[in-house]
Amino acid sequence: MAASGRYLRKCTMSTTALEIHDMTVAYQRRPVLWDIDLQIPAGKLVGIVGPNGAGKTTLIKAALGLVPLASGKVEIHGKPYHQQRQAVGYVPQRESVDWDFPVTVRDVVLMGTYGSLGWLRRPGRSEHAIVDRCLQQVGISALANRQIRQLSGGQQQRVFLARALAQDAQLYFLDEPFAGVDAATEAAIFKLLQTMRSAHKTVLVVHHDLQTVRDYFDHVILLNMRLVACGPVETTFTQENLHLTYGGRLTILDEAAEAMRQREPQR
Amino acid sequence: MMGTLFFDSLNLSQKVMLGTALLGGISGVIGSFAVLRGRSLVGDMLAHAALPGICLAFLLWGTRDLWALSLGALTSGLLAIATVTWLVRWTRTKEDAAIGIVLSTFFGVGVVLLSVIQKPHIGGNKAGLDSYLFGEPANMLSDDLVLLTVVAGVILSLVFFFFKEFQLVCFDTDFAQSQGWPTLKIDLTLMAALTVVTIVGLPIVGVILMAAMLILPAATARLWTNRLQVLLVLAGLCGMLAAVGGTQLGRGLPAGAAIVLTAAGLFVLSLVLAPQRGVVARLRSEWQLRGRIAREHLLRSLYELNEPYLPARQQLPLQSLQDYRHWSALPKLLDAAEADAFVERQDKTVRLTSLGLKRAAELTTAHRLWEMYLMQHAGIAPDHVDRDADDVEHLLPAALLVELEQQLEQEGRLPNTITSVPDSPHQLEGPSESSTP
Ligand SMILES: Nc1ncnc2c1ncn2[C@@H]1O[C@H](COP(=O)(O)OP(=O)(O)OP(=O)(O)O)[C@@H](O)[C@H]1O
Ligand SMILES: [Mg+2]
Repeated sequence: MAASGRYLRKCTMSTTALEIHDMTVAYQRRPVLWDIDLQIPAGKLVGIVGPNGAGKTTLIKAALGLVPLASGKVEIHGKPYHQQRQAVGYVPQRESVDWDFPVTVRDVVLMGTYGSLGWLRRPGRSEHAIVDRCLQQVGISALANRQIRQLSGGQQQRVFLARALAQDAQLYFLDEPFAGVDAATEAAIFKLLQTMRSAHKTVLVVHHDLQTVRDYFDHVILLNMRLVACGPVETTFTQENLHLTYGGRLTILDEAAEAMRQREPQR
Repeated sequence: MMGTLFFDSLNLSQKVMLGTALLGGISGVIGSFAVLRGRSLVGDMLAHAALPGICLAFLLWGTRDLWALSLGALTSGLLAIATVTWLVRWTRTKEDAAIGIVLSTFFGVGVVLLSVIQKPHIGGNKAGLDSYLFGEPANMLSDDLVLLTVVAGVILSLVFFFFKEFQLVCFDTDFAQSQGWPTLKIDLTLMAALTVVTIVGLPIVGVILMAAMLILPAATARLWTNRLQVLLVLAGLCGMLAAVGGTQLGRGLPAGAAIVLTAAGLFVLSLVLAPQRGVVARLRSEWQLRGRIAREHLLRSLYELNEPYLPARQQLPLQSLQDYRHWSALPKLLDAAEADAFVERQDKTVRLTSLGLKRAAELTTAHRLWEMYLMQHAGIAPDHVDRDADDVEHLLPAALLVELEQQLEQEGRLPNTITSVPDSPHQLEGPSESSTP
């Protein structure tokens, strides 16, 4: 049974890694993402681009089931997310955790293996071996026993990456992994992304630097509350689309959302 | 009941000792999770909000029965949590403000009820409910011990078996949920544990000071360790020590206050003594750092004075060294360098040994690389560049370091006793630093 299940996953993998269908997401009744429809082929590096507040983080969180969908559905390798959790890795925005928390780098990376461990089982030798490998892959083996506050921003970002690698997923969501890292770290992270792609992983990356989009990504998702465009970089990352994403009249949607919220009776 | 029988065989001071130790241990452990989850105030609120429940339970049942009063405390505690949740969700009150409002309102109601109960015709003073205000471990009965033991057993096994899950949810809830953990249930379990511990602690420590029992041991333990596993154990031990020590030392004083003051004493002691985060450790490492920087400055100055004569090692007049830089404690520094066999002295001159030259060259290399980095890549004026050269090793990526070295070499400023360019920046690490294996 298990073997055939795995085989099936491999087959569908070669086609569509992520499919979002007609998705709308709202916070307290105010929609922040409208009717998103997109398909991401497997094995691509995908940039998610859009201004602040465009809903990039929300898109990821909705795909991961961290915020409820107002409508629509998300499929990962052709199945709903809750059947595919082992196949999905997540790197949250760095500010999302308390870096004073009493854990070491090793402890955090070990958390990546918890999903496959399940209830009650403790990480053992094989999990620690995975952690060692992932730490090495991101180049912070020497820092394994440091408390996470005693790291630079770039090193903290690498810890999160290592934790995601330890998940050994097929599809990864990275929320601004390049934020606040120096050029050397950025290059190292990008190299890592390429390695992941050559292992036929699909990686979605929220990215703010428009200069590097062409160099880094195969695919791009342009987002500003609604989907502006999604497709291969060469055809999608155009001046026109960028203008629509950053300069267009999308605020109308914003106003519409606001008006809707006003009309709702206050409870 | 076997348990009750066993506890009945203890005398009062043994009961007090056992009871306070159990409470201290579990409040240390559960308090640690609460503090890490940003819920220290929730414990405080629960404790204060329990008072009206206790009073109402007494009025309804007319006894001081532990189970009845605990049930009352639990009910009003949960009601308080629900009220806070409602305030935060449906009005625009901030969480800390909502907690403050609910805490004081419930407590106010409790104090009013307490004064009603104290009236002689209601049954009065002998109810002794005011011991709930400040805590009274000397009232410890076998029933209390049974309750405490059961609670401690359940909570410690929960923490033991679900440590991994608790840690994950406390550190990064979103990530935990993305892995499919039922984070809400795990979180509610921790919350329930916090509630239960707070309520069983009330008769011992009192509603006013119970929160301190949750927060202080956790804060104390945090000073000693960077790992959650260790922190939980230390916080448990620290809570036990405070609870037992406080009741034993503070006989005749209000027990809750004695316990909390002992816990505070442990905290202050740790603040001074703890490794890394303690005051003493910080002063010492600062002092050591200063000493190291001074010793490195000496070697670097000697290298630079000696540089024109290389590869020879020149006898340098002490006066030239004195002129080169203003030293406050040159003789002492020279003594130390001589003890390390880095320099040889003859009346008014000093000379690097070959070991000293090697070390000095390393330090100078690192420093110059660092200087160059700051000037070229960080845009800092040359006269602002004076920083512990060892930082170079931690701050610069290897590729950049190699590039800088090549540049130094082209300018002829690369200390030439280093024949091969180190390919790893870690080779710059000095022997004075205890390096990681
Ligand atoms: N928890 C929340 N409750 C209510 N509104 C929210 C919440 N999180 C985000 N929003 C709103 O949703 C919109 C989209 O936010 P989101 O964080 O997804 O943007 P983003 O594209 O990731 O922005 P950034 O580039 O700043 O990270 C914003 O208008 C924001 O104010
Ligand atoms: Mg974001």
